[in-house]
Amino acid sequence: MSKVKCECGHLNPYGTYLCESCGKPLKEDDNSLANMRYEGVARRSQTYKKSIVDKIWNFFSSVKVGVWIIVLTLIASSIGTIFPQEMFIPPGQPASVYYYEEYGTMGQLFYQLGFHNLYSSWWYMLLVAGLGVSLIIASIDRFVPLYRALKTQRVTRHPGFMKRQRLFKKADTVTEPSEEIKKASEVLKERKYNVREENGNILAEKGRFSRWGPYVNHVGLIIFLIGAMLRLFPEMYLEDHIWVREGQEVEVRGTGGEYSVRNDDFLVEFYDPEDERFREGLERSGGDVVKTYQTTATLFKQSSETIGAGEKEEVQQHRIRVNDPMSFEGFSLYQVDYKLNELAAFTFALEEIDGDSEGLEDVRFEVNLYDPEPSYEFDNGYRVEIYDYFPNFTFNDDGEPSTLNRIPDNPRFIFEVFAPGEDDGELSFVGIQLNEAIEEDNQYRLRMVDFETNHVSALAVRRDRTLPILILGGIIFMVGLVQGSYWHHRRMWIQERDGELWIAGHANKNWNALKKDFDYLAEQTNIPAPNDQTDEQDESERTDEGVREADDNGSTKQ
Amino acid sequence: MAQLSSNLLLIAFFLYFLSTLMFAVSVTGRRFKDKKGIERNRLGTYGYISSVAAFVLAMGYFITRWIAGGHAPVSNMFEYTTFLGIMMGLGFVIIYPIYKSRVLGLFTMPVVMLIIAYASVFPTEIQPLIPALQSNWLKIHVITTALGQGILAVGFAAGLVYLVRVTDFKTKSKKVTSLELVFFGLLCFVGHILLNMGFSAVNYEAEFQYINEFGQEAPITYQLPALIGPNEGTLLSEDRLSPLVNAPDFIVPDDLNAVIWAFISGAVLYWVLRLIFRKPIGGALQPLVKSVNPQSADELSYRAIAIGFPIFTLGGLIFAMIWAQIAWTRFWGWDPKEVWALITFLFYAAYLHLRLSRGWQGEKSAWLCVIGFAIIMFNLIFVNLVIAGLHSYAGM
Repeated sequence: MSKVKCECGHLNPYGTYLCESCGKPLKEDDNSLANMRYEGVARRSQTYKKSIVDKIWNFFSSVKVGVWIIVLTLIASSIGTIFPQEMFIPPGQPASVYYYEEYGTMGQLFYQLGFHNLYSSWWYMLLVAGLGVSLIIASIDRFVPLYRALKTQRVTRHPGFMKRQRLFKKADTVTEPSEEIKKASEVLKERKYNVREENGNILAEKGRFSRWGPYVNHVGLIIFLIGAMLRLFPEMYLEDHIWVREGQEVEVRGTGGEYSVRNDDFLVEFYDPEDERFREGLERSGGDVVKTYQTTATLFKQSSETIGAGEKEEVQQHRIRVNDPMSFEGFSLYQVDYKLNELAAFTFALEEIDGDSEGLEDVRFEVNLYDPEPSYEFDNGYRVEIYDYFPNFTFNDDGEPSTLNRIPDNPRFIFEVFAPGEDDGELSFVGIQLNEAIEEDNQYRLRMVDFETNHVSALAVRRDRTLPILILGGIIFMVGLVQGSYWHHRRMWIQERDGELWIAGHANKNWNALKKDFDYLAEQTNIPAPNDQTDEQDESERTDEGVREADDNGSTKQ
Repeated sequence: MAQLSSNLLLIAFFLYFLSTLMFAVSVTGRRFKDKKGIERNRLGTYGYISSVAAFVLAMGYFITRWIAGGHAPVSNMFEYTTFLGIMMGLGFVIIYPIYKSRVLGLFTMPVVMLIIAYASVFPTEIQPLIPALQSNWLKIHVITTALGQGILAVGFAAGLVYLVRVTDFKTKSKKVTSLELVFFGLLCFVGHILLNMGFSAVNYEAEFQYINEFGQEAPITYQLPALIGPNEGTLLSEDRLSPLVNAPDFIVPDDLNAVIWAFISGAVLYWVLRLIFRKPIGGALQPLVKSVNPQSADELSYRAIAIGFPIFTLGGLIFAMIWAQIAWTRFWGWDPKEVWALITFLFYAAYLHLRLSRGWQGEKSAWLCVIGFAIIMFNLIFVNLVIAGLHSYAGM
């Protein structure tokens, strides 16, 4: 579409409201204050409304739509906290039952509506995606023309522009306007204003870069959202965990066997209830309070060629604590769980059932419960074999002896004892406080004489390659937020027109500071501070109520 | 050291009270003119000095308690809530010099007192840090978040000033009712604090035996008379009020009971004030704020939000995420407290975007400041005490 030529000679894009150069209102309307949002530039969304692309663009560029998406995300997020999400309910409980049993009908409804996994639901993701699209389009729609307008703005503004600024005054009592303007220019430069002069008129500007704050922080948010999205790819984000017993070395899952970690020692430490500082606090909590969970771990590495060949190199040792993970090559090992005193080994002694066990004193052996030796032979000719081993004994559905898993919580053995020279062994079934002969005429019995326990530590394995992207996004976001919040764009236009002094001012956010600057200028020069035209409107509305008194707030006039 | 710490906090509390009084007299009292005929609001200045002194002493409490406990005192409800109050005071100390609004002082100082007094209802003993809290990020995250929320709370006070200033209390309207509800809510806090202080001063305790949510018998001690008893509870103490009804097992009965008492006492206080003033509370406060320029109050609340929002985001989301990554292996886990921090962020983000359009400045904007503060308090109280999550240790 054709460009619009302003009387100052500047070619404005179609749809411009205030000339980008001189500020002349190009669309005549009433004489109200100029709408200074985005400098009155032509935004694509306000100009083109025909094609489907236009319509989508316009939809997402609208702040109103953006706010709606924010509000909907907000409401959806809060709904998800009414009852715990599925990931927080006790493990082993089926969600279908848990919500009803725990929270009744409301809980069931919560589950049936899918709110138990709300934050990974398609519609929540869609809301966040909508937020991202809105961020991108709304930012581009505004940033590009705003940048151009602020870049091309002239010093001398059109009278129509000046008159319609919120802060404005025409002063005809100033005797030497051009001298005053020169003086003002110096004063404002001292106040860190960037002053431009043209034909004896000045434009003093400060903090323009704060106008880019919102766009910078939106860029940061978009980068952050992209980073968060990348976590859905397994290559970018790895989440696993390993259980490591004291003394044991375990492959770090996800490293392809390259790294392994050994648990040298696990420790749980409690606060001393006699500690003067916390005595009262500990009495109130009425139990032991944990001070430390710590796994002393050694990390080993083997190059990918020698995996399995056992050529291992010690890389580092670290005391892994909550809040102090072990890190290596993008991986981190976190202290997340533990189990104290897990059974580790049993020591058995062989005895004669009816006899003095003479000559059997040396038949003692230790069985490692994680990885038992299949057979134990002794110098005096006795031999014990493990016929079967159930680390976590149970009867299965068929009533057969079986094991739940490989964790030795309830270990039971079927041993076969071979006396010297015998080929037939005696079977016996041995466990904690249990010793049954499987055949009736057993001559020998295995007695548990000792046991050992171990602490087991659970380490979470994480590798998150999206972190650098998220950090970058976060930093950019914060920079933009600070840039837009703690600095404020202020402008003063001071012009000489037919012997009169025209003064106008615009602040993007902080009118209070701009007014103070004008007041300071009035003290230093003969240029009077401009009036706040919205105040005048307010006053004319309010005088009949008779409530307005001297200004207590101190912000507008001093 | 711990004793010194509590004494400092007590003195700070009274200085906040003094500051409130000075601002009140300064706003209502006659105007003084000095020899040159320039109006001076000396009492306003004294009020401000008093609030600065209160902040300094409150920091004295903070530092001495830190030394006594060996960790930053921001690790449980008492410590965090107190610190939030102190940070709101700091927010005022920062913002007052910009706008010199004495009315803001008159509205902010009582809220600061209210928050600090509310904190003292929780157990005040120094507790040791569990492993998840042993990190430098505890102080970094919590201090920044509290400062952000404190400044946002100043925005709430300014919003309240605006609403009291512009609302017409002579005729009944939804606006008046809503604003009165806000005051009623604040009075519920006052009532809750007074009741707890009163009953604990006389060592009131009512012991019950009841069936807890796991179906087991357990003892429970009420600090207030039981209107709502525990599930299948039997009263063990003598001469104590027996409950009207018993709560179901999934509710924490003494908390529910305390909430009901808070509402009752709030209603009583509200009714008494209405009887005294013979008009809505807002209407009674209106003469105090009549000299305020609404546009300035509006800009002030906006500035407070604009200053507080980045600080809150940095502390409540960014530092929180960094710490969560270190302590809980993931930077984000949809823990209720995290979600409510996100909700707070989204709410104020919506506020800032709505301000771009003209229609949402002034009254609507002031209401948003009020709602934002309600969300912050909800996240502090309700999410910590009622919705269990990883942050629930903070409920002690």
